[in-house]
Amino acid sequence: MSAILEVENVTKTFGGVIANNNVSLSVPEGSIIGLIGPNGSGKTTLFNSIVGYHPIDSGAVRFQGAELSRLRTPQIARLGLLRTFQQTRIFGKMNCVQNMQISLPHVDDNFATMLRKFPPEVAERAENLLEFVGLYAKRHLLAADLSFGQQKLLEFAMALMNEPAALLLDEPTAGINPTLINGLIDRLKRANAEFGITLFVIEHNMRVIMNLAQHIYCLAHGELLADGAPEDIQNDRRVIDAYLGAH
Amino acid sequence: MNRRGKTALYVAAAIAALLIPQIPLLQPYLIQFAFLWVMILFAMTWDVMGGQMGYNSFGNIVFFGVGMYATAVVQRDLYFTVEEYASVAGGEQAALTPVEYLIGLALGMGSGAVLAVVIAALLGSGILGLRGHYFAICTLGLGIAAGELASGWDYIGAGSGLVTPLLPDALGERGPFFFYLFLVLAMITFAALKRLYAGQFGLAINAIRDDEDKADALGLHATRYKTVAWCVSGFFLALTGGAFGNLVIFIDPTDVAFAGPTFGVWMVLMAILGGKGTLWGPVIGATVFHVTQEFFWIYLFGWQRVALGLLIVVVVVFFPLGIVGWLRERWPQRFGEVVDEDARRVQVSLEGER
Ligand SMILES: Nc1ncnc2c1ncn2[C@@H]1O[C@H](COP(=O)(O)OP(=O)(O)OP(=O)(O)O)[C@@H](O)[C@H]1O
Ligand SMILES: [Mg+2]
Repeated sequence: MSAILEVENVTKTFGGVIANNNVSLSVPEGSIIGLIGPNGSGKTTLFNSIVGYHPIDSGAVRFQGAELSRLRTPQIARLGLLRTFQQTRIFGKMNCVQNMQISLPHVDDNFATMLRKFPPEVAERAENLLEFVGLYAKRHLLAADLSFGQQKLLEFAMALMNEPAALLLDEPTAGINPTLINGLIDRLKRANAEFGITLFVIEHNMRVIMNLAQHIYCLAHGELLADGAPEDIQNDRRVIDAYLGAH
Repeated sequence: MNRRGKTALYVAAAIAALLIPQIPLLQPYLIQFAFLWVMILFAMTWDVMGGQMGYNSFGNIVFFGVGMYATAVVQRDLYFTVEEYASVAGGEQAALTPVEYLIGLALGMGSGAVLAVVIAALLGSGILGLRGHYFAICTLGLGIAAGELASGWDYIGAGSGLVTPLLPDALGERGPFFFYLFLVLAMITFAALKRLYAGQFGLAINAIRDDEDKADALGLHATRYKTVAWCVSGFFLALTGGAFGNLVIFIDPTDVAFAGPTFGVWMVLMAILGGKGTLWGPVIGATVFHVTQEFFWIYLFGWQRVALGLLIVVVVVFFPLGIVGWLRERWPQRFGEVVDEDARRVQVSLEGER
């Protein structure tokens, strides 16, 4: 499988803090790849570096062969590389269906599409995807009135609506009721298998990431510590030490 | 209420408004109504930015003034030289034929609106990159700067202002003329905004209001939407300004055209009073504000500004969501989104999606 996303020697510092130090990794097309690491190890920062949320100090990011490090977030999103947020970001004063409608791909937008009204097919697709994540009954509620976990699910559905080629998910199961987590893992896998979306997932829940990912990268103190198949990572001495040492 | 019922209500409201001048009791107040339509236009155009998009602009008054001056200048320069006009300014000799007057007014308002759109696009590309409070503060300076510039520019009368041509007698009384002019303008503006809000534009600027980072992350052309929103706002406000100059006849650079401390602040207050970011909020807010202000003026003369200030405090403290926002909170079924849980459940057909 060829790499859809390649990160090469990316370094990002905030004042004295080196949040990402010379990180290199690659995400094969069609795969589900995990990213783990203790709190503050630089996982979210790496996502931000990839999608152009902030300029990186050095290194390169390539998506489907295109160099990203000079592009801004919306441009990168329109190329088909999307991210969700750890703190969950939705449009609070809009209802769920509206949140979905505005998440349609914006690649072909022009001044004429500004005026367009959403055809019934779009609402239907939005409702189908809301059903897919289990939010159909809530579709007319304001997004702000959803629980944190429900907002997380809405954000996932919005990402699917955008039809990305690759999706970076920042802790998709955080705050989700444990009894629903298996269902969510199943949906993530289906998004990958059925919609063909490559997934790159930050996750603290070890059971989830072992279950989900085909290959896992582990960050510690901003540096890539180890990478390998889930079983290998689970038993890697350095990874265990990093987690234990962090607490 | 169903779609049919709503349309009927809109048509009825429009007809009722159009018939006001036929009611003898109200005939002495037509100019007052014209001012009311202006207030509604102020609140509606401000709300595009401040309410629907969450970008509080204190500089919208610039478009009002630009439209006013542009219209007056076109009206003057079409039929007079500056010197001729100065010598007859305001006098009976400046009277035009009805056709001349209407052509001048239409061309003037049109050029004012185009000019406002150009200014909004230029200013927007400069300062719409700023977020939230920074944008608000930046716009605060715009109105003041524009007033200063106009006060120093001889071509447009500088500090001594500019007089607009008088309404020719053949076009009837001032009352009905300006009543209808502003009513039609307000109706067109309302309909245009309603249409814009109903499509992708509306959702996009709402999304920018709720979380611009998220909108960026989804690939939305946020800067483009913000600029267009300001252009739309500026366009209708400039048309309003163009007609307003003719209503008041005398354009003072700081007290009428770029009147930030009065009109510029009122726009914001009226939209907040009625309910920011709602279709009817600005209309209701402007009406309540204008009527209250008139009553204060009549019954609390000398204290009217104090009463107005108190009203504002009361509104902000007790009705932070405005009248429409408050209604929605009290009676969500009637005024908010309808939640139709019984509606047919959509077949899950994800397998067939791609
Ligand atoms: N905008 C910022 N300004 C300054 N420092 C930052 C900024 N963003 C992140 N950092 C620092 O960079 C380091 C890595 O943070 P990051 O959020 O990437 O960690 P993380 O691996 O996502 O942690 P968690 O698992 O808790 O989400 C931390 O020390 C953090 O304080
Ligand atoms: Mg994080």
